[in-house]
Amino acid sequence: MEEFLRIITYIVCISAFVGANLAWLGWVERKGAGRLQRRTALKEVGPFGLLQPLADGLKLMSKQLHVPRDADRPLYMLAPVIAMVPMIMTFVVIPFNEGLVPRDFNMGLLVIFAFAALSVLALLLGGWASRNKYALISASRAVSQNIAYEIPMLLTAITVVMATGTMNLTEIVNQQAGTIIKWNFLRLDNSILMPVSFLIFFVCSVAETNRAPFDLGEAESELIAGFHTEYSGMGFGLFMMAEYGYILIGCCFTTILFLGGWHCPFGFYPGIHWFLIKTYFLIWVIVWIRWTFPRVTVWGLLNLSWMYLIPAALFNLILTGAFLKVF
Amino acid sequence: MSKYVNDLFIGGYSLLVGMAVTIINFFKPTVTLQYPHESLKMTPRYRGHVELIKDPETGTHRCIACGMCQKNCPSECITIKSKKIEGIKGKVLTEYRLDFTKCSLCGQCVENCKPNALQFSKEYNLASRRKEDFIFDLLKRLHPEGVPEPKPAEPKAESGDKKEKPVKEDNSS
Repeated sequence: MEEFLRIITYIVCISAFVGANLAWLGWVERKGAGRLQRRTALKEVGPFGLLQPLADGLKLMSKQLHVPRDADRPLYMLAPVIAMVPMIMTFVVIPFNEGLVPRDFNMGLLVIFAFAALSVLALLLGGWASRNKYALISASRAVSQNIAYEIPMLLTAITVVMATGTMNLTEIVNQQAGTIIKWNFLRLDNSILMPVSFLIFFVCSVAETNRAPFDLGEAESELIAGFHTEYSGMGFGLFMMAEYGYILIGCCFTTILFLGGWHCPFGFYPGIHWFLIKTYFLIWVIVWIRWTFPRVTVWGLLNLSWMYLIPAALFNLILTGAFLKVF
Repeated sequence: MSKYVNDLFIGGYSLLVGMAVTIINFFKPTVTLQYPHESLKMTPRYRGHVELIKDPETGTHRCIACGMCQKNCPSECITIKSKKIEGIKGKVLTEYRLDFTKCSLCGQCVENCKPNALQFSKEYNLASRRKEDFIFDLLKRLHPEGVPEPKPAEPKAESGDKKEKPVKEDNSS
């Protein structure tokens, strides 16, 4: 019974946390975009425009869910759900604090990768089932991009696993207990290239979420809206929220793997607040990156992965192995 | 190989420069003009539709209803109506109708106004679905609070004096 209540509580809390984040990350994004371009951005609905997400949500829900005539109806309806559900599932293994984790088990890192990889499937299905050439082009782009960036991301994650010797996320964070020099991205004794590893992982997590400057999947100027061109109302809303969800996951995950989870950089008062501060800082950096750089070309995107990130990640992997053997 | 390394470092450095530019602007004050709530003051050279000048001394317009603006208007968008009133020198303006739908803002009316009674307004917030909204009575626009100032002898005569004075001075000098 107690176990049952625990599960229910976690389900409710995680749904609330994720839901609130998905709604207000949009606000953060638009407000951040405004400030970076010296505009005020949202300000009409509520104080500082804080009620804008609710207004947007109401608008999206009141719209007709239109299915194109030639679309593959079941797949078309399934794609937004597939985008959304695995994203929430990944939060099952995210440790927010010591002991504050819904399901603490040994394969946490693998679970996140397994579920996050399903996002590509959603994009592919959405693009395919819409029966729209732009959506199809976008889907093929998104798949090639996700495959290209999944590799360096996994390789850098493996370096962390090699260094810590576990896939349990709580254990990984606990091994980084202490001040900032104990965090994985500065553990030069594990591998001299650990900061590079952190950078690669962060770049890949941005690319994996199909965010600008890597948003070739929904390049507005070329593909209208990419894979969700034909989606209206909440179908589009789910894709949008899934994108923000994967940003949140990516930032939580980066915090856990490289930035010491809930540990304070100066060694006192560790707790969930440090976890959230780091996560939201990373989210803000992603917004900052998005509104600074123009979209890369397809060529540039794949080149960056295959020419720079994958060799660097492979080299880093070998170097980490050597360091672990020698020291 | 050296190009490869160069691309990596110069490219990375250029990314950092770009991010520095945006973060500096992030902390600068915003420049948005909250348009419906606040608006720019138009520059003196701005040409809105013409309007009658309110003479600060007499508190009314200086129009003598000579009709030069009406005659010189290439778009024929000005219609002046006036009447003669006993005891008042000259004609009294009763209606100054401007059809702004036809006006090309050439300024011939302002150029040709002898008593200097016309000027360009700073009005730029004109929007409507009905044509009639752009046909103004400039006399009513000058005196929105009521019918154009009553036409007793005093104000008109005063303005007439004003008109004569400079002429006299010119003669004496």
